[in-house]
Amino acid sequence: MEMDTCTAEESQQDDRQDTIMPAHTNIKDIKNKSRRAKAFVEMKREKRKKKLQEAKEKKKLAAKLGKNAPAKKQPHTIESLREKDDTMVEEEDEELEHEEANDEYASYFTKSYVPKILITCSDNPHTKTIAFIRELCRIIPGAVPKWRSRSSIKKMVKKATDKGFTDILVVNEDRRIPNGLLVIHLPEGPSALFRLSNPKLCKDIHRDYNEITGHRPEVILNNFRTRLGRVVARMLGALFHYDPEFKGRRVCTFHNQRDYIFFRHHRYEFKNTEKVKLRELGPRFTLRLQWIQQGAFDGDYEWALKRHEMETSRRRFFL
Amino acid sequence: MQSDDITWSIINKSFCSFKIQTKSQKFCRNEFNLTGLCSRSSCPLANTQYATVREEKGVIYLYMRTAERAFFPAKQWEKVKLSRNFVKALQQIDENLIFWKKYFRQKCRQRLLKITQYLTRMRKIKLGRQKKLVPIQRKVDLRIKRREEKALVAARIDNAIEKQLLQRLKDGTYERIYNFPQEAFNVRIDEEEEESEIEDEEEYEEEKEEEVETDEDVEGELEKEALEDERRDEVSGDNNCRY
Repeated sequence: MEMDTCTAEESQQDDRQDTIMPAHTNIKDIKNKSRRAKAFVEMKREKRKKKLQEAKEKKKLAAKLGKNAPAKKQPHTIESLREKDDTMVEEEDEELEHEEANDEYASYFTKSYVPKILITCSDNPHTKTIAFIRELCRIIPGAVPKWRSRSSIKKMVKKATDKGFTDILVVNEDRRIPNGLLVIHLPEGPSALFRLSNPKLCKDIHRDYNEITGHRPEVILNNFRTRLGRVVARMLGALFHYDPEFKGRRVCTFHNQRDYIFFRHHRYEFKNTEKVKLRELGPRFTLRLQWIQQGAFDGDYEWALKRHEMETSRRRFFL
Repeated sequence: MQSDDITWSIINKSFCSFKIQTKSQKFCRNEFNLTGLCSRSSCPLANTQYATVREEKGVIYLYMRTAERAFFPAKQWEKVKLSRNFVKALQQIDENLIFWKKYFRQKCRQRLLKITQYLTRMRKIKLGRQKKLVPIQRKVDLRIKRREEKALVAARIDNAIEKQLLQRLKDGTYERIYNFPQEAFNVRIDEEEEESEIEDEEEYEEEKEEEVETDEDVEGELEKEALEDERRDEVSGDNNCRY
């Protein structure tokens, strides 16, 4: 009853004080699309401003503290999140050194022999495989290519040991491109099967194979961290002569990343102590280990890739 | 015997579960069919007196069926093991099918020949080497390819190689070849003041630098260096650098 007697103006003032407009805490509550879009743009702008301010403040803080500034946060990568492996090798492991002094490759590292490598392919090789084998013979010093002629691998192993070869490389072919590489170390050494992918010859990288000189290359084996990785690294490294000719400035790299071994072949040039210039020569390919056997294509499997048991986690690697 | 014609008229005109029809041919999937084709004389359902030659695990048998046994499906086929000797086997067929239609004798002999031929071929192949085909599921294959590409990006191979090489340089593996001072820069000037025994090797390297193709950016620099070298080393005439 009292309300009826109030004047119109007063009631309006009261209304303004009393009523509370709905506050849009959430952009999605705005039903009107154009208004919603505008609000969103505003929100983004605010966020960005905030972010830039924070970055500025951090920088100031770091400048002030100097050395005591909190360390810059590194983003997570698959490598940093990798599952801990018991067989990860730290450098200078005594046990490891002892083992390696007695394994099949010890004789290579004592420089007692020069590696002599036999390179073959499967029975009916096509152009790409033949070209690939030719390239391999160019890179690896002391490599001898031979046709397969329907010989079985066990017989090949025997004959090759008799003739003094130290390693056999068998390039397997499928659908007219090389897709597998079998490395057998000869005097009863381990054998490993790799799956070969993305083979690129010299001409695919627009390089002339004549740039590859006869100098013995250096070998870089990057990022082989576990025990198994070390075995593989030694296997691949032992294909090359133990004494590289630094004059030639050739380097062959086997770089392991997430169980894929990338092979590259470069010529390097030191500009100064801080800078190297690389020029890629020669073929490039990727390897992926399938299994390692203890004997020369004979004997127990030291390690075999069993998909269902091993490829369970995306952060789990073996090399 | 009288039901043969009826069976055939039904099978031929309407439906037979063993019949496979292609554009030019009718095939019969019945395992006892003599020729493999769907026709009046070779249909095992439409001929109560029937004979085939079949092999099981490398052993060749002659199967025969007569009108009397046609009503006992489980016991209708009489199995005769044929000799391993081809000529003897042919004689066996002729003995067993002695008063049968010429068609059956002919076709059985032909079938026997084909079977022995493919069995000998199988045995020969097994003696040699055979490629083991390992199937890879398409999904898995694609996954592997994808992961390889990502690993390649994450690897940053060139950086890693450069790091390694510089590490090796610092460790002194190239001590006798390069003579970089402890300070980081101005290698050219320092090289001038080096001893003559290293000069030859460097000449070697510098001349090599001229021959090796480089990017256009660096070519200009190298040309300048080459000119400098030529001016500096007027005396030396060793041009035995061809490799």
